[in-house]
Amino acid sequence: METTTTIKPTFDVNEIRKSFPILEREVNNQLMVYLDNAATSQKPQAVIDALNYYYSNYNANIHRGIHTLAEEATAAYEATRKTVKDFINAKSTDEIIFTRGTTEGVNLVAYTWGRKNISEGDEIIISGMEHHSNIVPWQILCEEKKAILKVIPISDEGELMMDDPIAIGYKKLLSSKTKLVSIVHVSNSLGTVNPVREIIDEAHKVGALVFVDGAQSTVHLDIDVQEMDCDFFAFSGHKVYGPTGVGVLYGKKKILEEMPVFMGGGEMIKEVTFEKTTFSELPYKYEAGTPNIADTIALKVALDFVTETKKDIIRNHENALLKYATEQISAIDGLRIIGTAKNKVSVISFVIKNIHPQDIGVLLDNQGIAVRTGHHCTQPLMARFGVPGTVRASFAMYNTKEEVDRLVVAIKKAIKMLT
Amino acid sequence: MNENKTIKEREEEIVEEFSLFDTWEEKYEYIIDLGKKLEPLDDKYKVPGNIIKGCQSTVWLTSEFKDGKIYYKADSDAVIVKGLISMLIKVLSGNTPDEILGAKLDFLKDIGMMSHLAQTRSNGLLSMIKQIKNYALAYKSTDAIVK
Ligand SMILES: Cc1ncc(COP(=O)(O)O)c(C=O)c1O
Repeated sequence: METTTTIKPTFDVNEIRKSFPILEREVNNQLMVYLDNAATSQKPQAVIDALNYYYSNYNANIHRGIHTLAEEATAAYEATRKTVKDFINAKSTDEIIFTRGTTEGVNLVAYTWGRKNISEGDEIIISGMEHHSNIVPWQILCEEKKAILKVIPISDEGELMMDDPIAIGYKKLLSSKTKLVSIVHVSNSLGTVNPVREIIDEAHKVGALVFVDGAQSTVHLDIDVQEMDCDFFAFSGHKVYGPTGVGVLYGKKKILEEMPVFMGGGEMIKEVTFEKTTFSELPYKYEAGTPNIADTIALKVALDFVTETKKDIIRNHENALLKYATEQISAIDGLRIIGTAKNKVSVISFVIKNIHPQDIGVLLDNQGIAVRTGHHCTQPLMARFGVPGTVRASFAMYNTKEEVDRLVVAIKKAIKMLT
Repeated sequence: MNENKTIKEREEEIVEEFSLFDTWEEKYEYIIDLGKKLEPLDDKYKVPGNIIKGCQSTVWLTSEFKDGKIYYKADSDAVIVKGLISMLIKVLSGNTPDEILGAKLDFLKDIGMMSHLAQTRSNGLLSMIKQIKNYALAYKSTDAIVK
């Protein structure tokens, strides 16, 4: 087969596909091609089994009971924390807080750290390619505190303007007023990988903290929060082959210790009287109530699956697919790729002359191909490129060159039907 | 126009037409064709107030109340959606508010356009129907006041 010429032979995608039962599904009488991985990735059988096994064998509330099941469940839950710590190379498990996902991570920091540390006239910097999750919480905070939200502009290629001679790029936006920079690591709409190391260094020089939205990066890139030196990092389990409903907020220990609590309730308290409540130590301080035990336990299985398959090998495969798909897709008449950054992963967004993205999406679905169409929760970015939305294909470890070929044929067919 | 046919008869006509199609391509080509043929809406109606919320594409809908009957006009920047709303207009336009409010629109299921809910939501059909019926409700109540 030709496949092996561009894709590393050490990686057997057909073997990998066997681990994902859903990939055998048919949609509209054809084997489904799932290219909406940036929205959520499919789950390996091992993750599905872990959920089933938990409920069938040791379902119990954690951290409380002394009975056997409670201890087993607590141990499994805390084992995920350890795995997450290693997965992103945090210093300590105290820095790993379980959330519902990236969105909750951003909100947690906005409502706690933000409420305490942002005051009138302070500035928060985000970028023009942020997901609404990394815009709205800061907008709410700025409105409440009369602080100012500043936005790093985006170039025609879909890169952050860091140091543009004319535009007011990142470096010009930074000042002693900047208290926080919150930036997406990898854009979900464009695939652009942002230079977070440089962004963080510059922010720290003016005394600002940096929040990195790792929703898209965690599944593709090696994450080392210590090396990156970010102050906060958040991601969602469901985009890393894990279950929905569980995510992670990382924060530097010292910062997390000083932050006020988020939600009050059980689990996060040390002692409660009607006069005063004292709070638990990290990380429980931020985990009020019974957490999402089953999904958190299964998240470990997903992360182990990625680590065992080896991120660099997966990345080679995904990059080869992206390169191949970019070549094939950009050859289509009237098609324009939105987002042509030098450093990109996994995502191709495009528009076709005189055709609405939704029309393409409907006709691809009828050919068994799942892509995302619309604004991808990045309306300001769509406005920047002057498009109502894009068609987005996003790749995961189990996608193949044959699937890209099917996508290309299907796009051509859709165009033919529409013109 | 099919002025003197009932809503039900108009629905049946469309279902009959679709029954001739064997493949999804034929169905969609028909809808796309309807979309392309839909008379473009005058720019003066393409105002924010006429945009139907809840659709991925922009859909404008306007209406006119004449002799107790409602006449709809619509447009969209996506052609499949335009075809769908063109069918809705074919079926519903020129009827009384009560007839429109009572329409079950089963034909959408019969022709496979309401087959699965997710698609229904993304193509905005439900939002379009809701807005069409909102107009009917509004005319019905103002009509009652006038009388
Ligand atoms: C870049 C980015 N940030 C944040 C989010 C929000 O993630 P979640 O919906 O899992 O909280 C997403 C998900 O689409 C994303 O792609």
